Amino acid sequence: MKSKNVLLIFKKEIMYKPIIYRLARDFDTKFNVLEAKILPKLEGRIILGLQGPADSIQKSLDYLTGEGVIVEILAHKIMKDEEKCVHCGACTAVCRVDALTIDRETMEVRFYPEKCVACGQCKIACPVKAMSGTSIDL
Amino acid sequence: MSDIKIEKSYDEINSKIREGKAVVVTAEEMTGIVKEQGVDTAFKKIDVVTTGTFGVMCSSGAFLNFGHTRPRMKATKVWLNDVEAYGGIAAVDCYIGATQVREDDPLNMVHPGKFSYGGGHVIEDLIAGRPVRLTAKGYGTDCYPLRMHQATVTINDLRDAIMYNPRNAYQNYNCAVNLTDRTIYTYMGILRPDMGNANYSSAGQLSPLLNDPYYWTIGAGTKIFLGGAVGAVAWQGTQHNPSCMRGENGVPVEGGGTVAVTGNMKEMDAAYVRGASITGYGCSIMVGIGIPIPLLNRDLAYFTGRPDSEIRCPIIDYGSAYPAGQGDIIGSVSYAELKTGTILVRGKKIPSAPLSSYPMAKKIAETLKDWIGRGFTLGAPQIHMPTVPFAGRKDEIR
Repeated sequence: MKSKNVLLIFKKEIMYKPIIYRLARDFDTKFNVLEAKILPKLEGRIILGLQGPADSIQKSLDYLTGEGVIVEILAHKIMKDEEKCVHCGACTAVCRVDALTIDRETMEVRFYPEKCVACGQCKIACPVKAMSGTSIDL
Repeated sequence: MSDIKIEKSYDEINSKIREGKAVVVTAEEMTGIVKEQGVDTAFKKIDVVTTGTFGVMCSSGAFLNFGHTRPRMKATKVWLNDVEAYGGIAAVDCYIGATQVREDDPLNMVHPGKFSYGGGHVIEDLIAGRPVRLTAKGYGTDCYPLRMHQATVTINDLRDAIMYNPRNAYQNYNCAVNLTDRTIYTYMGILRPDMGNANYSSAGQLSPLLNDPYYWTIGAGTKIFLGGAVGAVAWQGTQHNPSCMRGENGVPVEGGGTVAVTGNMKEMDAAYVRGASITGYGCSIMVGIGIPIPLLNRDLAYFTGRPDSEIRCPIIDYGSAYPAGQGDIIGSVSYAELKTGTILVRGKKIPSAPLSSYPMAKKIAETLKDWIGRGFTLGAPQIHMPTVPFAGRKDEIR
């Protein structure tokens, strides 16, 4: 089982077409809505957490792209600079999806990009600018 | 302090260090040793316990002397990378404070401000050997005619760069929560409304002053690890408060003591001195400090052996009570509980996060241990800090 967080952008041409339900029905991919914003008749933006075998997730993403959905993989949005990080833990206070957590054995801060929803709160909380990248504001 | 019982003297311990025979452990290791073998055995076996802390310490800065210019000048206004340093001291001396923000920073005009660069960053840049733009202005005198000086300098071009931090290594600190209904941006980090999270900032069992709670071995002259170099305790720190509330074990359960520390920036390592930007609050600096505690007597073995589960701190509302200057305490929590990542406050489970780096604190304590293993001797305090009497250990049958 793999998990991947993606941002899906539905432009107005396809935003009222039922698309997402087929991920579960036809591609055996579990999806979980993490965040969403619908601007009626303009655009829909949704962050999904996808879970399933690697090839199912890939097929799901190919299907979405084929339907005209703009797909962005969130794991690549935010980066942690291990050289700059001092493992203070300030980022873990604001990370709402536990992509940044503390290893309780060593008390070191660990970053799990596949859990990240690119909200960018860690960039605001980090005192030494160890977190960088593009955050998504739905 | 002069009335404490000395069962092992500084001379004895330093002789052992010189001979390479001293037994040194970190405060984290000491908690295990005391738990398994008891205070008396631990005291007999161990000579020195090393401590460490690494966190934001706003009351920090450095005295810089940039060398006499030709012609000479009396600099009254000084900037380094556009961060103002206080120039109201002698000709080419100045003091760069950690929280001074760069000129033209928008501050909190658009809240929360970023505070990207300030005094702490200048200090880090200097220690890292990076070039810094120096600007100085004077009004001109017969003996100091030059009125304007600009140069790009590194720490090697400065005649002196002496860190002097008026208040560091707070003995204990608050755990911050927010009882209001909006997110707040504080020096204790970002705090979510309705007690959405709790932030704390202490190395707990590794923290220097928590391991010598009555300052028997820490005073002016104590040799320490400061920013990767050998430094010293210069004096008691500002706001030093030995009369703080203490637990049954004698360990403070709130702020308590502080130290003023000093050291040569030219010998420091930028890994242990980092400029900090605290969103919505301001600029600051993260400083690494380690203090060796000689086990002069059994009580010090007891104190250095106190684990996180026996060190407590107060939970304070940074939404209203703290800013209003009221002393209301919501509750009390141990560092062991805080370190699990979840604490229980008023019946609500809330996530807790540190702001002080435990891994760095541990690394500092281990480095100091290594130094002592290679002959770093201990400096006996020449002038003691104000303290209060110790009533004696509750675990001892007298």
